[in-house]
Amino acid sequence: MDNVLAFGAASSQAGRVDALFVVIAVVGGFFFFFTQGILIYFAVKYRRRLPDRDNVTPTITGNHLLEFLWILIPSLVVVAIFHYGWRVYTDQRIPVSGATEVHVNARQWMFEIKYPDGRTAINEIRVPAGTPVKFILSAADVLHGFYLPDFRVKMDMIPGRVTTLWVQPDRPGSYQIFCTVYCGTGHSNMLAQLIVMPPREYAEWVEHGGRAGGVAGGKEPLHERGERVVKGAGCLNCHAVDGKEKIGPNLRGLYGSKVPLEGGQSVTADEEYLRESIVDPGAKVVKGYPNVMPTFKTSMPPDDVRATVEYLKTLK
Amino acid sequence: MEGVGRPEAEGNDRGYLAERGWRSWAFTLDHKRIGAMYLWTTTAFFLIGGVFALLLRLELLSPQTRYFSNHTYNVFFTLHGAMMIFLFIIPAIPSGLGNFFIPLHLGARDVAFPRLNLASYWVFVAGFLVIIGSLVAPMDTGWTFYTPYSAKSAAAVTTLSLGLFLIGLSSILTGLNFIVTIHKMRAPGMTWHRMPLFLWSMYATSIIQVIATPVVGVTFLLLAAERLLGVGFYDPSKGGDPVLFQHFFWFYSHPVVYVMILPAMGIVSEVIPVFSRKPIFGYNAIAYSSIAIAFLGFLVWAHHMFTSGMSPLANAIFSFLTFFVAIPTAVKVFNWIATLYKGSITFESPMLYALTFIFLFIVGGLTGPFLGALATNVQLHDTYFVVAHFHYTMMGGTVMGFFAGLHYWFPKMTGKMLNEKVARVAWALLFVGFNVTFFTMFIVGTRGMPRRYAEYLPRFHTENVISTIGSAVLAVGILVMCWNFLQGLRKGAPAPGNPWRALSLEWKATSPPETENFHEIPVVTDWPYGYGTPKA
Amino acid sequence: MSGTSAEHHDPSVAFESAKLGVWTFLATEVLLFGALFTAYTIFRMKYPELFRAEHAKLDRVLGAVNTVVLITSSLTVVLGVDAIKRGKARLFEACFGATILLAAVFLCVKYVEYGAKFHHGLYPHTNLFFSLYFMMTGLHGVHVLLGMGLLSYVIVLSRRGRLSASYYTPAEMSGLYWHFVDLVWIYLFPLLYLVG
Repeated sequence: MDNVLAFGAASSQAGRVDALFVVIAVVGGFFFFFTQGILIYFAVKYRRRLPDRDNVTPTITGNHLLEFLWILIPSLVVVAIFHYGWRVYTDQRIPVSGATEVHVNARQWMFEIKYPDGRTAINEIRVPAGTPVKFILSAADVLHGFYLPDFRVKMDMIPGRVTTLWVQPDRPGSYQIFCTVYCGTGHSNMLAQLIVMPPREYAEWVEHGGRAGGVAGGKEPLHERGERVVKGAGCLNCHAVDGKEKIGPNLRGLYGSKVPLEGGQSVTADEEYLRESIVDPGAKVVKGYPNVMPTFKTSMPPDDVRATVEYLKTLK
Repeated sequence: MEGVGRPEAEGNDRGYLAERGWRSWAFTLDHKRIGAMYLWTTTAFFLIGGVFALLLRLELLSPQTRYFSNHTYNVFFTLHGAMMIFLFIIPAIPSGLGNFFIPLHLGARDVAFPRLNLASYWVFVAGFLVIIGSLVAPMDTGWTFYTPYSAKSAAAVTTLSLGLFLIGLSSILTGLNFIVTIHKMRAPGMTWHRMPLFLWSMYATSIIQVIATPVVGVTFLLLAAERLLGVGFYDPSKGGDPVLFQHFFWFYSHPVVYVMILPAMGIVSEVIPVFSRKPIFGYNAIAYSSIAIAFLGFLVWAHHMFTSGMSPLANAIFSFLTFFVAIPTAVKVFNWIATLYKGSITFESPMLYALTFIFLFIVGGLTGPFLGALATNVQLHDTYFVVAHFHYTMMGGTVMGFFAGLHYWFPKMTGKMLNEKVARVAWALLFVGFNVTFFTMFIVGTRGMPRRYAEYLPRFHTENVISTIGSAVLAVGILVMCWNFLQGLRKGAPAPGNPWRALSLEWKATSPPETENFHEIPVVTDWPYGYGTPKA
Repeated sequence: MSGTSAEHHDPSVAFESAKLGVWTFLATEVLLFGALFTAYTIFRMKYPELFRAEHAKLDRVLGAVNTVVLITSSLTVVLGVDAIKRGKARLFEACFGATILLAAVFLCVKYVEYGAKFHHGLYPHTNLFFSLYFMMTGLHGVHVLLGMGLLSYVIVLSRRGRLSASYYTPAEMSGLYWHFVDLVWIYLFPLLYLVG
């Protein structure tokens, strides 16, 4: 998917942006070699060979034709580039009818997804290939950004305001989403995926409840479900399961351990503590950590909370 | 070029440096001493800011954070940016070299308001002390301090805002002083069109400083008011608009990049003719393009905000205007290159740096259209492409121009000559290190790596390693250059009054100049670019 | 001895320099207040109802009193500068003294106004209108205070015999600054108090 400079364009719109990029690069490259070439050529050709050359350099202080040309030609070039860039951009902004609307609300440090039928997800958006998608963007706390590099689109997410972005995903695949407006400690961990599914698979997925992390059907052991939820809910942006300290406390060996809290008390990490930490993280803040964990009370159904707790119990 | 002044003396006279004692510096009214103090101070911040940069590059060797926490990394990039911009690159050439050389270029004894000049330095000092005070709870907002994050942050944003307000005030006072000085204190016979081009660029710079800086002052005042008084201009929960902060902020911060580049361009306009032994090509074009850049620079601020939810029409207008600020800039580049034509060129260190400025600035400038064009901007905004673009223009441009000025004017300021061989070694290390560090950022930014990321995806690993290696080479180059300056100060060969055989008025003074600059104020009868074939 | 303003051999150059300096400084002040006026415009256009409702809570009488006070103070400044141009230092000091007194009255009235607002629970954080009201009049008030200091300093210069019919630059320059401070209020008063 990645070639050296531009990577696979995931939509025809993206391909048009790439074409513009290449045109600017070619024009820029031409002027680069032209001006740098002349610069270096003159510097070399007119280097001082004999001292008395100093007194016979010609007094050339201007040349009206040349100066006129080098104002006119760059002006025409930049107007052309402006126009081309503007055309491709406005096409990106044209609302497309029949688009699936997906609400994305950013908060430190996750993307909360809500589909029109009420399904929710965290950090993972699934859409069918071939249908345009309209992202309806908002932010809960501070500025965030929504960047889909494969689609060559980006839009800021602003508290108190709604911004929108359209894409037409043609090819199935998994596409990276980055947060691109600095939003605090977890900014570089605030990642998400746009999963474009072939239409039939997508329909099946929706039928089966459309939960994060793939089909959630049949009898799935609670702790396996928990592992899936943890991977999909953005927990791993701030917590590690392998012993490493990240923004939040490490989760390995957490269950059953004695946890020192801010304020001097300590508590044993039992099932209730783990549950409370998910739905009301500010109630007991671990000593030495900032009180920045968002609550999953509304975004994680109680069954998933239970499953997560069971999964955490397996991390020894 | 005629002039009535003392004939060039050998550099064994201490001149303005003669008087000793800390009081003679702290309470000086001599523009040369004030300029020297600014140079030392801003250079110190350049080195400190550089250390933060190296720490960033160290951490970026690995995709996951290894040496620092994410928060610490975020603090480091904020401090790197804020220090470099507010404490180094904005004041260094104007308040440092400008203070020293504007009166000399004009044939004056000092600036129009010497006491105001001293005040501006101490206000600057007060500003950076307050900023250092804010490090008790350091910022991680990025140098752009976008709201709501900066309004809600637990860091000492209010203190920092006050410090920056003072720095801005210092900048305004300096600009004001220079405007009046250039208007009122030119030597007899020096019409506007007989001024050295450094003065034209400093004049344009001062206009920008005076008009743009108050706006950022209010921007920070309102940020402090939001934190202290609950004022809600930027707070959506109170009906305010976080994007308003961005408009106010960039209304200053875009013109300020021209405050950064114009003085460096002025230096290049001085150095190229001297070392080509040829008059500058297109004096009027270069002079007027400085004013044009200053004016146009005020019209394009929202090109930093194309993805902030502005209407497509607003975006189109700003994109269109942005392209036009490139034209007067390109004009200068063409004029400098034309000056080289049929010249008699030598490559002493000032010229090396001046030519490097042109070379690297062209790269920075040609990567501008990618960002000015709307569709590609959307892709590249907030990625490393932007980081590369502004480092090419600000470091490849302004900083190289600053180095050119330091090397060019070192003999005049100190009365000593630098070691040319060591200067060239430093230059080579700088040039290679710089390009390796920053060119890779164009590549990794095009591939989608966002900026301000403490941790990044493994697919960006290779370029980051290469970039860090480049930064190590760059650092060595800077250290070698600093060492060369220190050695030059201590035991450089005595400098003649005019080692470069230049024609502008500062070279009529001794090296270093006497306190009063000139024995007698020179009378000017021609422009300072009469190199080569004498006019019939 | 390094160059001081007195070293500008030609006193008229020194005077012209000072004038250009003060006008340039006033340009920066225009930008400073301009940013706040811009915020006012933006929020007024966004929330016309809020502005209509809230501005009625301002005391127009006190605002009008302050306007008259400031305009009068600009008159006394003009009289003072005219006096020193004719070499009448004592009259100049009296006029500038009167200006400072009037400025103090202005600030007292503002103190009363602010007090009344706080008493009614209207603070900078109450809503955007009052944020603007307090920020704009507050910044203006700071400038009035600084102006009082400046005028006092010039009076001190005169008491020391440093001003005369041939050298009155500090008087004229501080007068210019004072007129600007007055002018800002003349914009603030209708925009905040009067326009519904």
